[in-house]
Amino acid sequence: MKFRFIARTSARAIIANKVRSTLTVLGIVIGITAIMLIVSIGEGAQRIILSQIEGMGAETIVIRPGRDPQGPSDFAQTLFADSLKRRDIDALKRKENVPDLVDVAPVVFISDSVSYLGETYRPSIFGWSADFMLSMGSVKLGSGEAFDETDIRQESPVVIIGSKVAHELFAADDPIGKYIRIKGKNFRVIGVLEKKGSAAFFNPDELVVLPYTTAQTYLTGEDHYQEVMVRAASAEAVPRAVRDISATLREMHSLDATEKDDFYIETQQGVIDQIGTILTALTVFLSAVSAISLLVGGIGVMNVMLVSVTERTREIGLRKAIGARSRDVLAQFLTESVFLTMLGGLIGITLGILLGLLAAVVLSSTLNLDWNYEFPLEATLLGLGVAAFVGLVFGGYPAWKASQKSPIEALRYE
Amino acid sequence: MKGQNDPKHLIQTTHIAKVFADEASSTTALSDISLTIGRGEFVAIVGPSGSGKSTLLHILGLLDRQTAGQYTFAGEETTHYSDDRLAALRNRTIGFVFQSFNLLARTSVLENVALPLAYSSVPRKEWERRAKEKVEAVGLAHRMEHEPSELSGGEKQRVAIARALVLEPEIIFADEPTGNLDSASGRAIMEILEHLNDGEGKTVVLITHDLTLARRAKRIIAIRDGKIEWDGPSAKFTPSFA
Repeated sequence: MKFRFIARTSARAIIANKVRSTLTVLGIVIGITAIMLIVSIGEGAQRIILSQIEGMGAETIVIRPGRDPQGPSDFAQTLFADSLKRRDIDALKRKENVPDLVDVAPVVFISDSVSYLGETYRPSIFGWSADFMLSMGSVKLGSGEAFDETDIRQESPVVIIGSKVAHELFAADDPIGKYIRIKGKNFRVIGVLEKKGSAAFFNPDELVVLPYTTAQTYLTGEDHYQEVMVRAASAEAVPRAVRDISATLREMHSLDATEKDDFYIETQQGVIDQIGTILTALTVFLSAVSAISLLVGGIGVMNVMLVSVTERTREIGLRKAIGARSRDVLAQFLTESVFLTMLGGLIGITLGILLGLLAAVVLSSTLNLDWNYEFPLEATLLGLGVAAFVGLVFGGYPAWKASQKSPIEALRYE
Repeated sequence: MKGQNDPKHLIQTTHIAKVFADEASSTTALSDISLTIGRGEFVAIVGPSGSGKSTLLHILGLLDRQTAGQYTFAGEETTHYSDDRLAALRNRTIGFVFQSFNLLARTSVLENVALPLAYSSVPRKEWERRAKEKVEAVGLAHRMEHEPSELSGGEKQRVAIARALVLEPEIIFADEPTGNLDSASGRAIMEILEHLNDGEGKTVVLITHDLTLARRAKRIIAIRDGKIEWDGPSAKFTPSFA
């Protein structure tokens, strides 16, 4: 029998029962949508991880004061929040303590707004090292100049601002040489960062950076740091550097073997591992949803096909009487169930693409992630393949039953 | 295909019986049926309901197998043929017309008529031409794209006849073809069957319980209680049963 003929016959049977067909494939739709989401979220997250590594550098290590948080409600991390101080930095800088350390820069966060001639804006204000920031590679100076070690030593009241901050405060004017106010104190703008758009986890466009020493003296009045960033010689050297940093800080803080760290160390690998864990959980969950709904959907398809075979007993009998062989009938009903599940697959793929697109928009706007949507070609093909497979598996028994009907039994059926 | 040119008998049965049996009981539907039907004959098989005439039609039409005896159709001993082989033989050589038409719903007249072609070796590109020719032959050229639900009973049966003829079969089995029709439409269908026999030389086997209808055939085989009760020219038929 000719395929075009079978295809037309099957399509006609499905269209004849529009509502029933649509309801039948609902389980398949959910299953395929889940598969689409697994793949597109997985791919999106992978791109984020890559850009994260690119943005921060795999050799970057972040030390935070306090204990490693054991969960969202663990406030132990707020204990020892002032554990990282100037003398720790000096100890880390010594070659014999951490031989793999290339650069180290403390970070002081200031939560406040900046203003210029009545214009106010609330950026992320970092007391940091301009050299460290610029050597990360993802942030570049657009105009003016950066502050240097001398400025840090002398606690110069100078700032570098992001392009968005410049635009909000100065509009079209050149900010270089002008003074902005933070907590009632004046700081001279010496540089503007290049416009970046967005980046993973922190956006340089909304940054105001000043020497960390200046930030402590003029703005926080405290002598500890909220973060210390360390650059290791290479990504491979990171684990060794982490060990050395830990040993150095424990010694500096005079912790004995029974005491826990009063700081915790985060590496890019750690962040990637965290994302990986979340991603794995999500994948397992969606795979389970997908498997269960495909199973339920498949059983639904089988049930409806069995009903359809019974309803069309006369039609089967007629086809056999005029010359259809068992395999012709088998092919016809198998094609019908595969068409049915592939229809569900197509709806699922469409939904999956729309939801993936929505996830991309929501994630990139709310979390400020650089989540780009790409058409999931592989997932689409996978989804169609799985849908067709479900149709073959669950349509097999009804189609076989149809093919085994004898023509007289079928023609007699009322 | 040696039987196709056999000049003598299209159908030959020897001592055919059909017993329906299950664990509890067995029912003899047909016993000791020996008959021959030659090419170009117009035979009516008559009998009251339950006489076994439908069972005989199913066996003669290769839709069912006898439980005893031998059946030679168009020179082929079909007793041990597989289901698929029987299907292919039906497709090539037999046209069926049923009481309840058995047309496919939501499918045009033309496609209904073309259906047997889909199971034949006729190439796709010839389907439309062949089907159109038969639709025109039964006078439904103006109904070509209509669906069965839009047709009258008589028109539906003409579509069924066109479908039975589309592969140029040697023999037409018509099972109570006028049973669901008003008398005018029934007469028209009978005229088509007579023309197929007279005009085109097709063998026609008509199954009916209506003796008036049966008398229009040239030969009558009367079945009662699963046995042949009478077999001869319809002109001489005197029903011992009524």
